[in-house]
Amino acid sequence: MSNPEVLVETDAVTRFYGPNAAVSDMSFVIRRGEVLGFLGPNGAGKTTTMQMLSGNLAPSSGRVLIGGFDMHAAPEKAKAHLGYLPEYPPLYRELTVDEYLDYAAALRRIPRKNRRASRERAKARCGLGDVGRRLTANLSKGFQQRVGLAQAIIHEPDVVILDEPTVGLDPNQIREIRALIRELGRDRAVILSTHILPEVQASCDRVQIIHKGKLVLNEEIGALMARMESQVLMAAFRKAPDVGAIEALPLVRSVMVEDERRLRIFHEPGADPTDEIVRLALERGWGLREINPEHSSLESIFAELTGESPEAA
Amino acid sequence: MIRAIAWREWRALFLSPLAFVILGVVQIILARLFLGHVNLFLMIQARLTTLPNAPGLTSLVAAPLLGNAGVLLLFITPLATMRLIADERHNRTLTLLYSSPVSPTEIVLGKYLGILGFYALIILMSLAMPLSLLIGGRLDWGTFACGVVGLVLLASSLAAIGLFMSTLTRYPAVAAMGTLGIVFFLWIVDYAGHARGAGGAVVAYLSIVNHYEPFLRGLFDTSNVAYYVVLTATCLLFSVRRLETDRLATR
Repeated sequence: MSNPEVLVETDAVTRFYGPNAAVSDMSFVIRRGEVLGFLGPNGAGKTTTMQMLSGNLAPSSGRVLIGGFDMHAAPEKAKAHLGYLPEYPPLYRELTVDEYLDYAAALRRIPRKNRRASRERAKARCGLGDVGRRLTANLSKGFQQRVGLAQAIIHEPDVVILDEPTVGLDPNQIREIRALIRELGRDRAVILSTHILPEVQASCDRVQIIHKGKLVLNEEIGALMARMESQVLMAAFRKAPDVGAIEALPLVRSVMVEDERRLRIFHEPGADPTDEIVRLALERGWGLREINPEHSSLESIFAELTGESPEAA
Repeated sequence: MIRAIAWREWRALFLSPLAFVILGVVQIILARLFLGHVNLFLMIQARLTTLPNAPGLTSLVAAPLLGNAGVLLLFITPLATMRLIADERHNRTLTLLYSSPVSPTEIVLGKYLGILGFYALIILMSLAMPLSLLIGGRLDWGTFACGVVGLVLLASSLAAIGLFMSTLTRYPAVAAMGTLGIVFFLWIVDYAGHARGAGGAVVAYLSIVNHYEPFLRGLFDTSNVAYYVVLTATCLLFSVRRLETDRLATR
C-alpha cells in the first residue's frame, strides 16, 4: 500500500492546565483511510487531545495540522476539513433535528442550495430518517448521539473526530455506529477516542494508548493483535510448583502466581517455552494438568503499559 | 455565516417565552406612561396656546416617551442579553461554533446582530404610540427622528455591553447581574450632576444619560454619537478578544 496523504499531524503538542501537563509532547500522524483508536483511562488526556485537534483548545506548545493547515495560523481553513463530535453532543435544545442540522450545515459554509441534500444524506447515514421534526431536547440519548454524529459529518469532512461516540447507546446502536465508523474510515481519517477496549478492536486500524498525557503505544491493530498473541502461558499443576525454577528458564520473563497451583507465565514475544516447562514439570513431578497460551486481551497490554492492574483498566 | 448565527439567535429568543414577555411588558408600561404624557399635554394645552414658541406634542409627549423607552431598555438589557454566549457555554454548544470554520469575530457579530434585531422590534413597537399622535396632531419630524436615532444608539451600546458580559461567564444569571451593574452604574454615575473639576467632567462624560438627552431635545451632536459608537465598538472588540482567549483556558 502506498502512503496516502497525511490528514492530521501533531507536532510535539503539549498542554498545561496551570502547572499540570494534561498532554505532553505528543506527536503523531493520521492518514486518509485510517481509523485511529485513541485509548486511555479516564483522565489520561484523551478529551484534552480531542479538543486541541478540533480547535477548541490551544496547545501550550507544539502545533496541530488538519488537512495540511495549521490550526493556529489558519484556523478557518483547518476547521473546514474537520467534523467533531464532542463528549457531550452540542445540541440546541430548542431546535428540531432538521433545523439543527441546517444550522450546522450553514456554519460549515455549505451553499444554501446544497444544505437540504447534505442534511438528508447525513440523516440517512446516521439512521435519523423519521425524527427530523422532533426537538433535539426530546430525543433519547442514543438519538441525540446520532444527531451529534450527523452534525460532524454533514459537510463530508476529511477528518472526523469522535470523543466517546458510543457512550449511552444500546448494543444495537453501538453496532450501527461502529459500522458507520468503519464506513467513514474508508476514505477519510477518523479519530475515535474511547476507554472501551473492544470498541478499538472492532473498528480501528491503528491504536494509540495514552496514559497520564503521554503516548505509550502507537501500533497497527494487526501488529497489536500479533503482540497480544500468546505472550502468556497459563499452566495448572497438581502440586505446587517451584516458581523460582520456572522463572530461571531462559525464555521466561516473569511468573505471576494466580493461586499456588495455577501460574501465569510471561515469556519473550515470539518464543515459546512450553516444551521446557513441560520437561521441568515432568522431571520434578509437579503433575502438569494443563498448559495453554493465553490470548492476552487488549486489557492486559493496556495494564502492562499503564502499570495498572487489568481490573482497574 | 454571520447571518446564520444571527438567525438562530433570533429564533432561540422567540422559541422561549422570554421575548414575548419582554415585548408585552414594555408595551404595557410604555402605554401607561404615554397616556400620562398625553393627559398632561391636554391639561396644559390651553395655556400653551397663549405662549410664544410654546413646546408642542413632540417635546411634551414623544420625547419623554422615548426617554422612558430608554430607561426600560436599561432594565430589559440584562435579561435579553444574558443568554447570548453564557448559555451556549453552559449547554456546551459553543463547541459546535469553535469547531466550525467560523472566526470569533463572526460569532460575536452574528450574536450581536441577532440581539439587535430584537431591540429593533422593541423600538419599532414603542414608536407606534407616538406615531399614533399623527391621527389628531402633528409631530416635529426633525426632533422626533433625532430622538429615535438616539434611542437606537443607546440600544446598540446596551446590547453590546450585555453581549460582552455574557462572554465572560457560563452562567446567564451572572452575566445578567454584571450587565445590570455596569449599565446602571453608567446611568447613575452623574446622578448628582454637579461634580466639579476635571474628575467631574470625566464622570459627566461617562454618563450614558448625558449623551442621550440632547438627542431627545433634537440636538444631533456627533460627539454624542461618537460616545455610543466607541462604547459599542469597545464592547464588541472585548467580546471577540474574550472568545479568542477561550482556547487558552486553564480550566
